Amino acid sequence: MKKEIIIAGFGGQGVLSMGKILAYSGLMEDKEVTWMPAYGPEQRGGTANVTVILSDEKISSPILNKYDIAIVLNQQSLDKFEGKVKTGGILIYDNYGIHRQPERTDIKVYNVNAMEASFQMSNAKSYNMIILGALLKVCPIVTLESVLKGLKKTLPERHHNLIPMNEEAIRKGMSLINE
Amino acid sequence: MEEEIRLMKGNEALAHAAIRYGADGYFGYPITPQSEVLETLMLEKPWETTGMVVLQAESEVSSINMVYGGAAAGKVVFTSSSSPGISLMQEGISYIAASELPALIINVMRGGPGLGTIQPSQADYFQATKGGGHGDYHLIVLAPSSVQEMCDFVGLGWDLAFKYRTPAIILADGVVGQMMEKVVLPPQRKRLTDEEVKKRCPWAANGRTGGLAGRPRNVVTSLELDSAKMEVSNERFQRTYRLIEQNEVRFEEIGTEDCDFLIVAFGSVARISQKAVEMARKKGYKIGILRPITLWPFPTNEVSRLSEKAKGILVVELNAGQMIEDVRLAVGHDVRVEHFGRLGGIVPSPDEILEAFEEKFIEK
Repeated sequence: MKKEIIIAGFGGQGVLSMGKILAYSGLMEDKEVTWMPAYGPEQRGGTANVTVILSDEKISSPILNKYDIAIVLNQQSLDKFEGKVKTGGILIYDNYGIHRQPERTDIKVYNVNAMEASFQMSNAKSYNMIILGALLKVCPIVTLESVLKGLKKTLPERHHNLIPMNEEAIRKGMSLINE
Repeated sequence: MEEEIRLMKGNEALAHAAIRYGADGYFGYPITPQSEVLETLMLEKPWETTGMVVLQAESEVSSINMVYGGAAAGKVVFTSSSSPGISLMQEGISYIAASELPALIINVMRGGPGLGTIQPSQADYFQATKGGGHGDYHLIVLAPSSVQEMCDFVGLGWDLAFKYRTPAIILADGVVGQMMEKVVLPPQRKRLTDEEVKKRCPWAANGRTGGLAGRPRNVVTSLELDSAKMEVSNERFQRTYRLIEQNEVRFEEIGTEDCDFLIVAFGSVARISQKAVEMARKKGYKIGILRPITLWPFPTNEVSRLSEKAKGILVVELNAGQMIEDVRLAVGHDVRVEHFGRLGGIVPSPDEILEAFEEKFIEK
């Protein structure tokens, strides 16, 4: 198993930390993982993206030009990465703020209304976890159990009370795919 | 601390590794893309556990001279910076080399020249491998391509530096510094006691007991106004360098057993090239990779050996063509050596490398 994933959106949407949680979850399952951010003078409101690779074998390049899965959370990212999904791959996007819909027909495209769901949950910070839930439903690269284990390991103890809220957001994201 | 598996950035691994390998002191000044080294050390507070000193100096000129001082006392010391900061350190590095002191310097390269960009680069190859400062000297140059190697080369760098009494440099780039991977951190190595330092470094200027009856005074200096003596010192340095060339060449070969073509690349670019090679094999091109791990001493014999059966060699670097000079020197016969590089902080994707290969060797 090897999955090459790009997560892209605005800085502040939790793109990098979502990638980090995914990488940690992979680590919990004894996978090889690489997390490579497009680093720069980025800040909230700017663009941010991160390449995450999970594999059973040693990973070669941390930098890629084609992806199995693209998660795009704004128009710029959709424009930039739609064409870079491998044939038969997966594109996950949030319709919120999108004015040009994805056009590819040779890939699986999922719209996840995560922004709306995070408003309903009255918790903007749950946004990236809703997206992560959607991803896990569409392509269970890691188990929910590993994600929670990863969160427990990476969050300082004083923040462990936030784990149930994260779990709720992930489950919400999973349910959005069914709708 | 026991051996531990963690997920972390290359820069963070450098800091954790240094503590665990029993460092006595770090002196540095923040600069992107390696500021996490100092940040991680400050967060870990090793002065409360191992007693290691962590100090933010007022500039890179200060930090390298603090390293010079610590090394002269036989301590396990290091500094880290990125390209412009490393340029500022060159005088101090030359002094450390001339004083025959072990020290570790880390350069997480960014795009230059000048203040340049904060994005990854390999344009300091010449500076690191050919001396960098003034005078006839070499640094042992280690080029990591993974977060694990960022960790391991801290220990290796010090081991080699103390073995040969010469400074070593880890020449990384922004990709390896900023990416996170799984890393196995070594168990905690104890810092040496004063007595152990005296035993390991009888040359160190670390105070003597017993007055005139004690050991002779140790003088650490790079100054020698008598040219005849300075030549003797230089000859001694050169003997050490020849020994290092004989014993310490390190490299990795990937898919070279059956290859028609060869890519020579180091650091992150070797990893990206590996993906390009995987893609190339699907198209029927058999390409092998030689990844120099020590850039100095350079794996000259290995390049020479592999070049004998190669139809062509592509050197891929994040610069305008620096390591290619060492590859050309190593290639003894008429084999075409071409270069592909991106400049100023741009990192090529695997398909760009494959395209460059096809353009230079297939379509002609």
